[in-house]
Amino acid sequence: MKPAPFEWHAPASLAEALALKAAHGEEARFLAGGQSLVPAMNFRVAQPAILVDLNRVAGLDSVVEENGALRLGAMLRHARLERDATAARTHPILAEALHEVAHPQIRNRGTIGGNLSHADPASEMPAVMLALDARFGLRNAAGEREVAAADFFLGPLTTALRPDEMLTEIRLPALPPRSGTAFLEVARRQGDYPMMGVAAVVTLDAAGMCIAARIACCSAGPTPVAAPRAAAALLGTRLGEADIAAAAELLRDEVEPLGSVQASAGYQRHLAGVLARRALLLAKGRAA
Amino acid sequence: MMDAPRETRQIGRPLTRNEDPRLLTGRALFVDDVELPRMLHAAFLRSPHAHAEILSIDVSAVKARPGVVAVITAEDLGEYWQPGPLLVPPPPIAGMTFRQRCQVPLAKGVVRHLGEPIVMVVAESRYVAEDAVGDIVLEFATRPVLGDLEAAIVPGAPRVHEDLPDNIAAEVVQRKGDYAAARAGAAHIIRRRFWYDHGASMAMETRGIVADWDVKSDRLTVWDTTQAPVVIRNGLAAMLGLSERQVRVIAPFIGGGFGPKMMMFYPEEVLIPWIALRLERPVKWIEDRLEHFVATTHERGQLHDAELALDGNGRILGVRDEFLMDTGAYNPYGLTVPLNSQCTLLNCYDIPAYESRFRAVYTNRTLVTPYRGAGRQHGIFVMERLMDAAARELGLDRVEIRRRNLIPPDAFPYRNEIIYQDFAPLTYDSGNYGPILDAALDAIGHAGFATEKAKAKAEGRHLGLGVVCYVEGTGIGPYEGAKVRVQTSGKVTLATGIGTQGQGHFTAFAQVVAEQLGLDARDVEVTTGDTDQFDWGVGTFASRGAVVAGAATHGAAVEVRKKVLKAAAEHFECAEEDLVLDGGRVSIAGIPERHITLGALAQKANPLRGAVKPGTEPGLEATSYFGPEMGATAAGVHAMVIEVDAETLRPAILRYVVVHDCGTVLNPLILAGQIQGGVAQGIGNAFFEELTWSEDGQLLNASLADYLLPTALDVPRMELRHTVTPSPLNPLGTKGAGEGGAIPVGALYAQAIEDALDLPARGIEITEIPLSPSRLWEIVHGHD
Repeated sequence: MKPAPFEWHAPASLAEALALKAAHGEEARFLAGGQSLVPAMNFRVAQPAILVDLNRVAGLDSVVEENGALRLGAMLRHARLERDATAARTHPILAEALHEVAHPQIRNRGTIGGNLSHADPASEMPAVMLALDARFGLRNAAGEREVAAADFFLGPLTTALRPDEMLTEIRLPALPPRSGTAFLEVARRQGDYPMMGVAAVVTLDAAGMCIAARIACCSAGPTPVAAPRAAAALLGTRLGEADIAAAAELLRDEVEPLGSVQASAGYQRHLAGVLARRALLLAKGRAA
Repeated sequence: MMDAPRETRQIGRPLTRNEDPRLLTGRALFVDDVELPRMLHAAFLRSPHAHAEILSIDVSAVKARPGVVAVITAEDLGEYWQPGPLLVPPPPIAGMTFRQRCQVPLAKGVVRHLGEPIVMVVAESRYVAEDAVGDIVLEFATRPVLGDLEAAIVPGAPRVHEDLPDNIAAEVVQRKGDYAAARAGAAHIIRRRFWYDHGASMAMETRGIVADWDVKSDRLTVWDTTQAPVVIRNGLAAMLGLSERQVRVIAPFIGGGFGPKMMMFYPEEVLIPWIALRLERPVKWIEDRLEHFVATTHERGQLHDAELALDGNGRILGVRDEFLMDTGAYNPYGLTVPLNSQCTLLNCYDIPAYESRFRAVYTNRTLVTPYRGAGRQHGIFVMERLMDAAARELGLDRVEIRRRNLIPPDAFPYRNEIIYQDFAPLTYDSGNYGPILDAALDAIGHAGFATEKAKAKAEGRHLGLGVVCYVEGTGIGPYEGAKVRVQTSGKVTLATGIGTQGQGHFTAFAQVVAEQLGLDARDVEVTTGDTDQFDWGVGTFASRGAVVAGAATHGAAVEVRKKVLKAAAEHFECAEEDLVLDGGRVSIAGIPERHITLGALAQKANPLRGAVKPGTEPGLEATSYFGPEMGATAAGVHAMVIEVDAETLRPAILRYVVVHDCGTVLNPLILAGQIQGGVAQGIGNAFFEELTWSEDGQLLNASLADYLLPTALDVPRMELRHTVTPSPLNPLGTKGAGEGGAIPVGALYAQAIEDALDLPARGIEITEIPLSPSRLWEIVHGHD
């Protein structure tokens, strides 16, 4: 469990980091918190020739709020975002989901950008990003393009990032008034990758009618999986128990769990229905 | 000889551990802490296949890599290439079959399990060694993989060992009484099939070994994470053609043993000393976790078809069992595991007739050797699940059917007649089981549980109760020894040959010595596992340390006490009866100012001038050995209340009770740690740990992210109670306690979960372990 030989670069600026990546392309990997990449290197599953260490690049870890919308720097550590008072006010689902991301020691090092770029379909935050309708700023030496979370995750450990690009910023739109969010998962042990996880966001009008809903699941397919049909079924309802149960039933058919060592696909699908129901009830209660 | 005055009693006190300051401040030596000048590092190329023919090995690129010092294949070992020794020959049981096939240092021609070593690379660093392993080019022709036990015994099945007629490694039938007659007279026959899979022990410290050949002293020193340093020393000396004096094996602090570190000889244990001798440089190999998953021994599955015959009152008339046991690719540990299953199945019940047949089956899996419980939990699972099924069939309470069948207290020694793993007929030395059950029911709140459960149900919560009995055969021979010496400082040293892997030996044995020599247990310095300090002994396994080495320690301390009193009597010119040994000094009874310290007596016993009297020995020292005629049988009951989420099927333990009887308790704090650790491993076994294999024999969850060990959040606080029924087999009356915590947990989970979800009423029984929420869902869903 020793990594294969590699060259280590620790640039001090984003421009330098992007120049290195541009020069080396697929040969180089960005090192952020190292909580996924370093174990993979120790297993020799990942053998990058060059590591571009981002830990000395300043200015990539800010939390900026504008009218309820958030901009998160990619090098923001999970633990910091989990405890951020602004994020807790604007998007409480972040802290709720981050609490389930691995263990405190891992959250102290792991970064939001690293986690999203790794694109593990079992990971919590990619699903939360779909539910929050996030947009990602991707940069290369030439400039930036913006990609919706829904277009970013292409497959297991595969994203829309080009070889010379880095995910630098996560942009979360403001949640409208009377919105409620919830994240629930079932894992074998606290801190494990979930066997199923559901992120739910609902918005009610003044009369208590559901006017917007987004639901996304992790461990539910090759990428984080959104459930637009289940969400659509909620629109125009008062999110009664029967409305929610019907949506949960639809969601069971929208997920495509692959099964794992810990859970059969059938059990995962069953959990998706259970968790969707529970998460929607919770979100509704929080929206009121 | 006087009894020790009551206030000086050391045995039975909950002393915190002498070794903990060292361990907690990072000053304890573990094998990987050994750093020597000029040290080299080894890495192994291991089989990526469960079963394959090796067509070619090309190491030419390795030799060219800078920093590589040696590349060794089976061919390079010459005469040194030998299958490992059979550690535990099978006991003499009439009509048995036993076909020995032991592991080899490096695979030659065929690989029979994942992770079997093929090439050893020695280099200037572990990094270079692992890079070099990547340079080796091998060609394989894969062979059919034997994994499923029933498929492996089908006539004409592919064979793990082609020189054998089939995959049967052993077949043993044992009988007590006349089962056929018992069955003919039975009012009820309960018949079930059970699958019990035990996992890998996953000690926190993986295996490791450092070997250093000192050319100038002509001696080999080996630091090894072994549970049996003396046996390793003797074996290595023989293999390497050295005298035993020339080999020193040190088993320093070890981060958990649990059985697999008793396996002798692992390939690496044979190869690292050999290459260190040849290169005349120290060599280190530390197993990484990935290697540990496939190269350190496991326990695994047994498939039981079992039958219980009862009369109309729920009294057991007899038991019949037939099981298959996965022994892996080789069987150096003989029949220990299946014999434990066969014997322990009889549990704490008065069973007049028993017929049991097992077949151990070779498979293309890592070797099976004992792991905490060592097959006992398989037997207990079968018996306890049969009892639960019988209770339902007879309309009896599950506690009542157990109570009706407990061996009565006046029936000890109780003879089960069949042969146990120590070759002696299985006999329970002492026991009193009723009070254990009573105490467990009291502690768990059995009387009020029905009300509690109904109340919870009204709130939509699902509570279940489990109550399970077990016995634990412990403290087997052949022997251990101990040497006790009073130093001139007044402190006392104790050396024993067994190794220590967290059992608190530095404290419990100190208490045994202190009890006799009237001093503070903090002033007894204990050495275990260094063959330069004591080199007779067998090892730490089978819950035998406290029993066998403890009794040897007691014997040596008693002898030293005699010497101390004799020397003091001569010093004071008084009778030994008039002396008081306490507080590290001997004084004359009633005249405490007339005293001499232990240190001064030690000095007088080893004079520089004058003469030691003819016929006496210098110093205040004694060595003693103890070998029990047979093992001592501990017993206990575990009970728990569990809550299960009826939708996700996730359980949470609300209360957990252990009532345990292991005879005389040396140190209740250490005992509590043993039991709690055992329960934690039991919970892992029952609910979290499962080795998952693909069809082609790959281990799909070879990491601690996927092979789940219980964490602190998954192990509940537990209430421990003890009853004390001393063993008549040793002077301290102790029985072992190393495995009892782990043995009954699977049966307990199954019973409690059935109860929580009212599964039997829905026609569902749990007949397998390990369970997971997913597996439970499959079991329940399959019936809905």
